[in-house]
Amino acid sequence: MSDYTKMWTDLGLDNDNHNALLEALGGAYQSIYMAQEKRAKGMEYFDFVMSEAHGLRIKELCDEKEAGKKIIGSFCVFVPEEMVLAAGCTAVGLCSGADFAQEEVEQVIPRNTCSLIKSFFGFKLGKVCPYMEVADLIVGENTCDGKKKSFETFKDLVPNFYQMDLPQTKTPESKQMLKQEFMKFIQQLEEMTGNKVTFEGLKQGIASVNAKRKALHRLSSLRAANPSPVSGLDALLINQVSFLDNIDRFTENVNAICDHIELDIKENKGVKEANLPRIVISGCPMAVPNWKLPSVIESSGAVIVGEESCIGERGLRNLTDDSATTLDGLIDAIVDRYFQIDCAVFTPNNERVDHIQEMVEKYNADGVIHYGLQFCQPYIMESFSVEKQLEKKGIPVLRIETDYSQEDLGQLSTRVEAFVEMIK
Amino acid sequence: MKCAGIDIGSRSIELVVIENGQQIVSRQTESGHNPVERIKELISDVSFDKIMATGYGRSIAEVTFDFSTVTEIKAYGVGAASLYPGIRGVLDIGGQDTKVISLNEKGKVLKFEMNDKCAAGTGKFLEMMATSLGYTSETIGESALLGNKGIEINSMCAVFAESEVTSLMAKGCHRNDIALAIHQSVCKRAIGMIRRQNMNFPLMFAGGVANNVCMVHLLKEAVGPDIIVPESPQFVGAYGAAILAGEN
Repeated sequence: MSDYTKMWTDLGLDNDNHNALLEALGGAYQSIYMAQEKRAKGMEYFDFVMSEAHGLRIKELCDEKEAGKKIIGSFCVFVPEEMVLAAGCTAVGLCSGADFAQEEVEQVIPRNTCSLIKSFFGFKLGKVCPYMEVADLIVGENTCDGKKKSFETFKDLVPNFYQMDLPQTKTPESKQMLKQEFMKFIQQLEEMTGNKVTFEGLKQGIASVNAKRKALHRLSSLRAANPSPVSGLDALLINQVSFLDNIDRFTENVNAICDHIELDIKENKGVKEANLPRIVISGCPMAVPNWKLPSVIESSGAVIVGEESCIGERGLRNLTDDSATTLDGLIDAIVDRYFQIDCAVFTPNNERVDHIQEMVEKYNADGVIHYGLQFCQPYIMESFSVEKQLEKKGIPVLRIETDYSQEDLGQLSTRVEAFVEMIK
Repeated sequence: MKCAGIDIGSRSIELVVIENGQQIVSRQTESGHNPVERIKELISDVSFDKIMATGYGRSIAEVTFDFSTVTEIKAYGVGAASLYPGIRGVLDIGGQDTKVISLNEKGKVLKFEMNDKCAAGTGKFLEMMATSLGYTSETIGESALLGNKGIEINSMCAVFAESEVTSLMAKGCHRNDIALAIHQSVCKRAIGMIRRQNMNFPLMFAGGVANNVCMVHLLKEAVGPDIIVPESPQFVGAYGAAILAGEN
């Protein structure tokens, strides 16, 4: 591996903290990912991207910046990547999947805040996220109360914060509001880049993002096979990498792994034994390196066949219709597509349960594990009704509430193992 | 064939050996700080053909002794259904966990729930409160039965509850009354879990805390008489594991 110390220092990272983080990440990756018995052919690419997530990938982004491109960082799948690309920018997801600098974080936001929010504060305060430092604009979106209120503090920690408002209901008026917010976002992008978002540019942006989505949809469909041709951990990793990697190269590599997997399926080959209990995970997003629950599930003799999550199908399903013939028509199509996202900040949000049920049927799942981050009000609130409604349909559900710490691993394993014994 | 089950809990370890459907060994020891040594002692002079480990420490038994393992949820379900055919649920309050398990007519687990990672509402909590009030975990239940109702303990956290108890004592409340209030708060949590799961009856109350007379009394008061407390409530998990060892 090349020495990126100078680049990291120039970006303003704290080298001691950052080295400590990389070491911990490397250890976790070895024990969770590399320890898997069998892996789908083609995972090497994603392993490589992960190993260079703070190295080569950041170098590429720095080079893009030097060439005049702007980097747009965000925390949420509501930030329309099509528009970012149309403005000639690159979109990246920001780090929020591990505890860091907890003590400093708790000096600026309350202790009983969800791990994900605490995490991006920790990455900023500990100066360990190169994506945050390389970004020319950090887009915070008004989804849950935790995020929108914490942004009031966060905006003072970063010089380039942009807040995007989001609706909380699915009425025609709300949709209008989403369109206004997207228009404002386009304006912001245009102002900071000096580029105009044109019909052709947006059409091209939609094509790139749709191609990525299609590749990931293809991967999802292949997971219906029994024996499972790819582990849930690896599928999650691919989804996580989609937020970091160069979009077109990523799409190409997802399609490449799908080609391998299709061959394996034809030969009835899998990375797991046949007929293992099959699980759909549903709930809060799992950002890198939050692999705790999936790793517990797959070491308990079950296989994860789908993620109903922002880093998973909630974020990726539905293409953007590209048939419009005007710029405004394309913008409307983008609004239409994003307005369908069934995030728990919306009320009511019945589409989400329907989608979980659809996934259970499509991937032949035996049960659903609902994953709620402690103090994540929207998802934990919904978990009760999701559980009730799915159980009414005869789908077993296990509700888990946890955080990024490792202290509840024992109890988590007991619950998950008992659930796996139950659905066997 | 002799089949053994060992339940390695946070506070105690139980061993049961069955042969032709009869329990021929049942013994218990404290988990202490070195459960591996305790397991060795417990099984040293016992002969068995098959063994299965359950409980919080099952994975250490798997790693150290190569025992097969099963979760305590399934073990309690199987044990309860075998001891009392027709049982439809189990409430297990152990050292650090509270669990409610719904069973079908055949004793298969339909659904379960466990408390979160803190010790509120568990045996450990009662033990801590007993110490604060100058009782032991064996005597606090009987004394609490003599107490008068009226005090409420609101804290769910064991640490905060302890300061609540201290301030009640400073106010001059009788310790029996405080002890009763503590039992009521533990019971309330368990009942919440039972109701949330919409459980069927009869329900077995198992785990170490089922030896506590006040808990049994309060539970029956709240959910009705259809509560069965087995003769040795702590051994249900080990017994279930022994049965499963035989089927393995």
